[in-house]
Amino acid sequence: MSKSDFSRRGVLKTGALAGTGLALPTIFTASSAAAFTNDPTGSSVTLGFNVPQTGPYADEGADELRAYRLAVEHLNGGGDGGMMNTFSSKELQGNGILGKEVKFVTGDTQTKSDAARASAKSMIEKDGAVMITGGSSSGVAIAVQGLCQEAGVIFMAGLTHSNDTTGKDKKANGFRHFFNGYMSAAALAPVLKNLYGTDRNAYHLTADYTWGWTQEESIAAATEALGWNTVEKVRTPLAATDFSSYIAPVLNSGADVLVLNHYGGNMVNSLTNAVQFGLREKVVNGKNFEIVVPLYSRLMAKGAGANVKGIHGSTNWHWSLQDEGSQAFVRSFGTKYGFPPSQAAHTVYCQTMLYADAVSRAGSFNPCAVVEALEGFEFDGLGNGKTLYRAEDHQCFKDVLVVRGKENPTSEFDLLEVVEVTPAAQVTYPADHPMFAGGALGSCNPGA
Amino acid sequence: MDAILLQILNGLDKGSAYALIALGLTLIFGTLGVVNFAHGALFMIGAFCAVTVQRLLSLSYEMVDESQKDFLGNPLKVKTPYVESWFGPEIGGTIIDWAVPIAILFAIPIMVLIGFVMERGLIKHFYKREHADQILVTFGLAIVLQEVIKYFYGANPIQTPSPEALSGVANVGALLGMDIVYPVWRIVYFFFSVAVIGAIFSFLQFTTFGMVVRAGMADRETVGLLGINIDRRFTIMFGIAAAVAGLAGVMYTPINSPNYHMGMDFLVLSFVVVVVGGMGSLPGAVLAGFLLGILESFASMNEIKSILPGIDQIIIYVVAIIILLTRPRGLMGRKGVMEE
Repeated sequence: MSKSDFSRRGVLKTGALAGTGLALPTIFTASSAAAFTNDPTGSSVTLGFNVPQTGPYADEGADELRAYRLAVEHLNGGGDGGMMNTFSSKELQGNGILGKEVKFVTGDTQTKSDAARASAKSMIEKDGAVMITGGSSSGVAIAVQGLCQEAGVIFMAGLTHSNDTTGKDKKANGFRHFFNGYMSAAALAPVLKNLYGTDRNAYHLTADYTWGWTQEESIAAATEALGWNTVEKVRTPLAATDFSSYIAPVLNSGADVLVLNHYGGNMVNSLTNAVQFGLREKVVNGKNFEIVVPLYSRLMAKGAGANVKGIHGSTNWHWSLQDEGSQAFVRSFGTKYGFPPSQAAHTVYCQTMLYADAVSRAGSFNPCAVVEALEGFEFDGLGNGKTLYRAEDHQCFKDVLVVRGKENPTSEFDLLEVVEVTPAAQVTYPADHPMFAGGALGSCNPGA
Repeated sequence: MDAILLQILNGLDKGSAYALIALGLTLIFGTLGVVNFAHGALFMIGAFCAVTVQRLLSLSYEMVDESQKDFLGNPLKVKTPYVESWFGPEIGGTIIDWAVPIAILFAIPIMVLIGFVMERGLIKHFYKREHADQILVTFGLAIVLQEVIKYFYGANPIQTPSPEALSGVANVGALLGMDIVYPVWRIVYFFFSVAVIGAIFSFLQFTTFGMVVRAGMADRETVGLLGINIDRRFTIMFGIAAAVAGLAGVMYTPINSPNYHMGMDFLVLSFVVVVVGGMGSLPGAVLAGFLLGILESFASMNEIKSILPGIDQIIIYVVAIIILLTRPRGLMGRKGVMEE
């Protein structure tokens, strides 16, 4: 026996449900077409520059902010235009982004993940930033990238070198222009082979966090492929300042190469300690002892002073490059600030230009449109030669510079010299490479 | 055997810095009863005295060299230090090279002055307050001081090398028929700290001023009743403690390039050293400084870390817990100190 429910309440409930069901597709369609997080409806658009303004990387953060200010000036039609003139894409006209004046807010990451997330959240929720960019640490970049994915805004990473940023922690809303640990290893290995041969014993001192781990893994794999033996991998606390007790065991380890997987103050101190202990004058196994610093930073090299002389490493970009883009950027930055830009400044300037260009090409600030415009985008004229933003992992593939501490610097900025420009093809790896496995890019999130 | 001797040397060298900072902390606590969390900042300011002297000695005038170009392609401005133009390149170069030892002369009066200003201007107002208040205000002061230094000198480490003549390595194992090399400057640092510690103990032990200070440390009230202005002497001791921290900082600069945060890096460790040595005990602070330095060095050996991973990061705190459980007043702590 069936029972029909034609009461007044039953009809109303059924009608309401049916109405909601019919209306749903319309709501979703309207949302995806026009509404996304912080859609700039006025005459300006706000970008969020999240850099370390305090803490150990504050000087790099300050240089990043200088570059951001310069990029905003150029986007709004001020200055000499910098790399906008050499950029292969000609969408940007110096009238802001899509005709909207570019404004910006800044946040202080303090090189701490929680502080960086808090400042990014504030810029998104209170200031209406449609894109977040910056950072000078992989831990911070990964944390902020995750936040931006959840919030539905684009994240254009600053200086982050861990494989994980575009590896297991990659996100659809996140993009990295900077190179990574694998690329450093791939660029350095052939140079090390030519310089030091294939019969070497390497000792690794590694900063104990995501960047250090992935760089150690990359360098060890690349040098072992050359025939080198890895004697020891020693993790050092990030907060360590005196590395003498970690350097002393190297002396009796039988190693003839010391690889310092350190950055920033760690690199300055560990390298200084290694030189103090006479490692560079040491002869082991009939060979001169050598030190390698896989990731160099000019700002940090300054802290290590004469200790960097003759020591090899890699870098994303250097102001002494002679291509049109680099020269335009150095001229623009140097004229404004009185000194050449760092690699951190260069990468964040590029990221700002690349975002602005992607929005212009897409004709929309919608993060999903920007993602689509950046995925697989090939460009040139930004100082690194022909570059690809790979769709599969949102990592830029471009030439990598192998550098050496200069023996006879002519100025306080002249600390590194480029010894080889490793072609992009040599540092490119498959998207499913084991070192980058474990995460999924997912799909873009427009938020709202 | 080589590795063990090397780690002992390393521990003595690390312990030198701990002992010097802990000695100053104990001097202040023992005399004024103040828990001074700004003591690490004094160590850092001492290091920046060396940076300042290096910069002052390197002050240069510029001459345009048309034959060379700067990074923008303009004629290069070549800098020549004034001391080189006044005394010739050789003597001028040597003066700049010896900037760190010269900075000792500069740092002593500066640090004593900073100590006086800190004590008279701020800390004296907190003598009768809780230790928690003292810790808060001195910790706040430390943060202010490091931010001031960062404003003027930046956040990156600043290279401040030792004189060329003291920058190599010495074969310290030659006497024992072993091949053990150790950086000359670190050996200099160890002997320097031993000399400073010896001078402080001699000053307290063999001078009338020191005798009065020791008497004041034992019984401040009675010394005051004898008509002696013990407060003034304690203020001077604060200045001396600041100078000890400053000297430790000056001489430390060639070991690790100074940055604005270096004081905080040493602060917690130094407090552990003071507690392990025994609050208010000067010999205890020195003994604990060297002991913990050596233990920390040994804990960093791969052989130890393979058995106890991560022990290098916690060894000092583990030892502190063990000592405080077995000897609650620390190694050489006196009865009655911090026990009221």
